[in-house]
Amino acid sequence: MEPDDETLAKAAQGGDAAAFETLVTRHYDLIYRLGFRILGTRDAAQDLAQDICAALPAKLRGFRGKARFTTWLFRIVSNAAIDRIRRRQSRDKALDGWGEITQLARADDAQKQQETAWLHQAMNRLTPELRQTVALVLSEEMTHAEAARVLDLSEGTISWRMSEVKKMLRQMAREEAVE
Amino acid sequence: MNDELDRLKAALKSTPDPDADAKSAAIALARKNFADLQGSADSARLTKDSPMKAGFLSGAKKMLHTQNLRPLLYATSSIAVIGVGLVLVLPMDRLVPELRPIGGVTERVTMREQDAASNSDDLVAAEPVLEPAPLFAEAEVSSESGVPAALSKRKSVGALAIADAEPPALGTEDRERFANDAENPLKITSEDPVSTFSIDVDTASYAYVRSAITGGQMPDPAAIRIEELVNYFPYTYPAPTTGDDPFATSVAVFETPWNAETKLLRIGIQGEKPAVEDRPALDLVFLIDTSGSMQSPDKLPLLKQSFRLLLSKLRAEDKVSIVTYAGSSGLVLEPTAADDTATILAALDQLEAGGATAGAAGIQLAYQQATRMRAEGRIGRILLATDGDFNVGISDPDALKSYVEQQRELGTYLSVLGFGRGNYNDALLQALAQNGNGTAAYIDTLSEAQKVLVDQVSGALFPIANDVKIQVEFNAAQIAEYRLIGYETRALNREDFNNDRVDAGDIGAGHSVTALYEITPVGSPAILNDPLRFSGATEAVSISQDYAFVKLRYKEPGTTTSRLITTPVSPSAERADEDARFAAAIAGFGQLLRGGKYLGDWSFQDAITLANNAKGDDAFGYRTEAVQLMRLAESLAK
Repeated sequence: MEPDDETLAKAAQGGDAAAFETLVTRHYDLIYRLGFRILGTRDAAQDLAQDICAALPAKLRGFRGKARFTTWLFRIVSNAAIDRIRRRQSRDKALDGWGEITQLARADDAQKQQETAWLHQAMNRLTPELRQTVALVLSEEMTHAEAARVLDLSEGTISWRMSEVKKMLRQMAREEAVE
Repeated sequence: MNDELDRLKAALKSTPDPDADAKSAAIALARKNFADLQGSADSARLTKDSPMKAGFLSGAKKMLHTQNLRPLLYATSSIAVIGVGLVLVLPMDRLVPELRPIGGVTERVTMREQDAASNSDDLVAAEPVLEPAPLFAEAEVSSESGVPAALSKRKSVGALAIADAEPPALGTEDRERFANDAENPLKITSEDPVSTFSIDVDTASYAYVRSAITGGQMPDPAAIRIEELVNYFPYTYPAPTTGDDPFATSVAVFETPWNAETKLLRIGIQGEKPAVEDRPALDLVFLIDTSGSMQSPDKLPLLKQSFRLLLSKLRAEDKVSIVTYAGSSGLVLEPTAADDTATILAALDQLEAGGATAGAAGIQLAYQQATRMRAEGRIGRILLATDGDFNVGISDPDALKSYVEQQRELGTYLSVLGFGRGNYNDALLQALAQNGNGTAAYIDTLSEAQKVLVDQVSGALFPIANDVKIQVEFNAAQIAEYRLIGYETRALNREDFNNDRVDAGDIGAGHSVTALYEITPVGSPAILNDPLRFSGATEAVSISQDYAFVKLRYKEPGTTTSRLITTPVSPSAERADEDARFAAAIAGFGQLLRGGKYLGDWSFQDAITLANNAKGDDAFGYRTEAVQLMRLAESLAK
């Protein structure tokens, strides 16, 4: 039986390097995946994941075992991703991430290509906070309550954010219909 | 209508896999940093964030604990990226928090030693709790440098360490933070007959809601504090008769607009309005945020105009001093008689926005000013004007709040005026004002400045009662269920009511405060909870016909022992005057904005109709404006 995250985290806090490595290896994909959904490119998500891995040994000391390890980790990743977007915005106003269309080339068939273009357009319209919420609620299939715990917001705020997302998507659909 | 969300969800599924090399490189880096950290563990592991905390577990603190200040910490410390380490190995007489910004601030302000000494008793009394500290609990990842936080932690010095920060993101992205809690739940009288809360005279939430709605956006539900919406409006409750308590309580019971089977209980408190000429002289310190983010027209320029308005209400014996904080904190105006308007206005006009915000040093300087000005028979107050974005200065809002709380004990009040949108930090400003026994107002237009600083200035500046708490005991023989509308962030424990050490809200001259309960009479079809099958021994025994009994405690300013006022709520209190109906309309509106869990199919349209018919005189036009907001909200919600 594999030890659970919380047990590993505790062991790692006590200095157990093997436990720490198991933990990081287990969750690297999760870190990367969440980062990708907020940031929108593979490179940015990989950079973010690397930064988080680098800082995790120190940050782990702040994990008190009050929440599930993944809830704690999701929070770190989503906050770090948002900070990254903000820093980028402050340096230059150029949009990247979900604004870039470079990844379109990878889509093989027309249907998929269209869907990818739509996705980029949609994500690009969402504020970082809404993207963060979408990544947790839609992709990680969290309930609003769980996402609220990760982001340390009220459940009402999550529900409100999701309704904003819906509103925006509907608006997009209306615009498409006009075209 | 979830098609769009499903589509988005499906599209997001196609996340490309990470590069295997990148993955192993990242894991290798993690391994290395882990090993490095173990080597330095003994020297790196320091102490608990602050033993101060144990000494400050007051009611105010409890009231604050539910606010979402943690996201605020993320917001600030995530930009001040690295090394927010806390070092606290101080001798007891230095336990006063030093809000000492490092970097960016040229003029350093330290607390005067005697202030520190006079506070230390208080602190020693409480057993400091020292736990092993999470060194980097709130510090964010340094993604630019890739340097593990541990390697840079030695930058930190002093009780509060401030990291050298990357400049904060400029631009207009939304960094607003709000203080709120989940809606108060329905309580069953037989199980939990007592409801206790602290009064709240703030109105910031209303002005914020107005600013959002008139800007074409529905406000974030977290921004809605219903009691602040209700208390924004003046009501004509009976004034206290002379010689008695400084305020009068009046209760009314009337039908709930959104539920014919329940009733609303309104508790109205009216503070006395001392004759203007009797008021004590004021020592005001304007503490003005002149950081770069204050540049937009709805901030510093509006602030200057607002203070100009305030000057017109001051008298010759009042004094004004101006302190600014930004890249450096500075005394802009020495205490000046308020009728020397030329000097004061010239100083105000000179203010320009620029630099980063270091709120802490500014606050200390302002308190030093206030302490210098303090004299017998005068009231000292700091008016902090800011957009609340302390984004460089402080890494620990808790310590800042404690500091404000200490200064309150020494006799200086703090009020907060919030300006601007975009990075308005409601949570921190609320916290500061609550701990400083002051009010928090949000100024979005010059007419709001007129309301806060001219029309209702005496309420904002002259406290007539401190630590006002309300406790309502419901009669289970009459009332089956009840629910307090709003006041979520002001809840107190039942035992806190009689504990004079527990802090609560204050009432200023002429203030009125309103609290509403939705109550469900025994036998009403609207009762939501079924009776219990196995523990039905809670049959109510009271033969009283009264619905409830309202108790109110307050302290005269400057005293430490509370006085009690009691008011029974009898069925004969039933009447729905204009004030009551208008307050109900606003409470309903607020609940709609928060999701309207208890409202059934009651709509914005119903709120508009109800409010329209209860406008009364509306001398200042506030109620008319509220109806317009409801209309706008109705269209925005569609």
